[in-house]
Amino acid sequence: MVEVHLAVKKLQEKFPSSILEVTSFRGEVNVVLPKKDLFEICRFLYLDPDLQYHMLTDLCGVDYFPQTPRFEVVYLLYSFKLNQRLRLKTKVGEGESVVSVESIWKAANWLEREVYDLYGISFENHPDLRRILLWDGYEGHPLRKDFPVEGPDFDKPFVPEV
Amino acid sequence: MAETRLMTINMGPQHPATHGVLRLVLELDGEIIVKATPHIGHLHRGVEKLAEARTYHQIIPLTDRLDYTNAMGNNLAYVLAVEKLLGIEVPKRAQYLRVMMAELQRLAAHLIWLGTHALDIGAMTLLFYNFREREEILRIFEEVAGGRLTPTYLRIGGVAKDLPEGIEGKIRSFVNAFPDHMKEYETLLTKNVIWLKRTKGVGIISKEDAINWGVTGPTLRGSGVKWDVRKAFPYSSYDEFEFDIPTGSTGDVYDRYYVRLREMEWSNSIVRQALDRLPKGPIMADDPKVALPPKEMVLTDIASLIRHFKIVSEGITPPRGEVYASVEASKGELGFYIVSDGSNRPLRMRIRPPSFLNLSALPKMIEGGLIADVISAIGSIDIVLGEIDR
Repeated sequence: MVEVHLAVKKLQEKFPSSILEVTSFRGEVNVVLPKKDLFEICRFLYLDPDLQYHMLTDLCGVDYFPQTPRFEVVYLLYSFKLNQRLRLKTKVGEGESVVSVESIWKAANWLEREVYDLYGISFENHPDLRRILLWDGYEGHPLRKDFPVEGPDFDKPFVPEV
Repeated sequence: MAETRLMTINMGPQHPATHGVLRLVLELDGEIIVKATPHIGHLHRGVEKLAEARTYHQIIPLTDRLDYTNAMGNNLAYVLAVEKLLGIEVPKRAQYLRVMMAELQRLAAHLIWLGTHALDIGAMTLLFYNFREREEILRIFEEVAGGRLTPTYLRIGGVAKDLPEGIEGKIRSFVNAFPDHMKEYETLLTKNVIWLKRTKGVGIISKEDAINWGVTGPTLRGSGVKWDVRKAFPYSSYDEFEFDIPTGSTGDVYDRYYVRLREMEWSNSIVRQALDRLPKGPIMADDPKVALPPKEMVLTDIASLIRHFKIVSEGITPPRGEVYASVEASKGELGFYIVSDGSNRPLRMRIRPPSFLNLSALPKMIEGGLIADVISAIGSIDIVLGEIDR
């Protein structure tokens, strides 16, 4: 726990106005950030010699529909040096975009494509933002809460144009 | 003036060496790969979406079908996440049974990998040896859980049932015989000249790149990073077992092969340790809100009958919050991130699949190499499309 506080403490010293909320549940630390400062903070966490969050373990979206802003993008970082995880979260509204962290962690390349595919959140400066699991031309974003589980067109036959 | 042009070749999705339905588009300059683009999603079933419409117990069978060679490990990752969310403690015997089954499953998964990887490169005998041993493991699973490929053996708070009569002897005879089988595999490959030529110096990924691309599991350890979730964040009493983390040095196909073989030896040793020290006691957490009452109680006691009905029909309601729990699956770090809004279904269940990120680093390994080496590089990262596409 002490090590996680180190990251949070450093962030609060360096970016006092950017740390909106720090919560802890079952020993996991969540830091909520505004999306405009996300890239700067990620780069700081990656480069800082005491922290060295060199691995982006996971990046995913969460839909809190009907709240506004409805989406949250969640980053799970891991530092080999501290053997600690840190979760960053940022709120994103419908139609808004987030700055890509692909230039810091290459792992974000496919993970951001997946969020784009399944939630429709776009990422600025991403080198190759295409759908990844679904095919090009698919309409809708399945992990949104207003997307029906059985699909919008489950009773219609799918005939692709040839 | 001769004109040089790049040639584009499509590989897959129906290709035996892509281990499922992976499609690769390769741009070639002669035999050299200039650019490789993987296309995935052919096996997308929407498991994360389906999970949002199911109660916590109903999700366990879905997890079997992610990486279908490592069902016990997937179950384990999921139930650990839910248990963390609920804040319940699992009895020691159940923890040891989980470790034993997860390690047997790791052996089975690595045996499939070894057989198919060697087959891709042209060594056919291995496949028959490996499936012979894997069959024994699946028979053990069948007796323990009732299922072979998708056992669904783990439950939130413990395991489905205790070991059946006489199974311990069978597991022990398997564990005792396995080191000799390992020797058979190694005689065929480890110093085989053809094998060395096809795997040494092929598909290299450096330590720094592997970390930056989010690579985990034997693929990361092959690059020389001594990191394993079982050691970094011990779960299910792994801190009470003695084992080492094998690592490679150059990060080529051979290193990944060698790391997995050493890992199989340690897995075998962990199964033996679990068998030797298996504690006595209950196999389910003593929490009436989570665990089903015993069957005889349901048939004789009205309160137990009501409790059984409530748990089965309504499910369990964890507190509001979000947790991430991960295990070292056979392919790497498999994690579940669950967001609960306090209802009986998860608001969000994110699966962090190891193969997804390992595969995203594949172009890094094969670009600049020969087209013939693509096959051995794909085999060496041991992907399963079931968990990449989910």
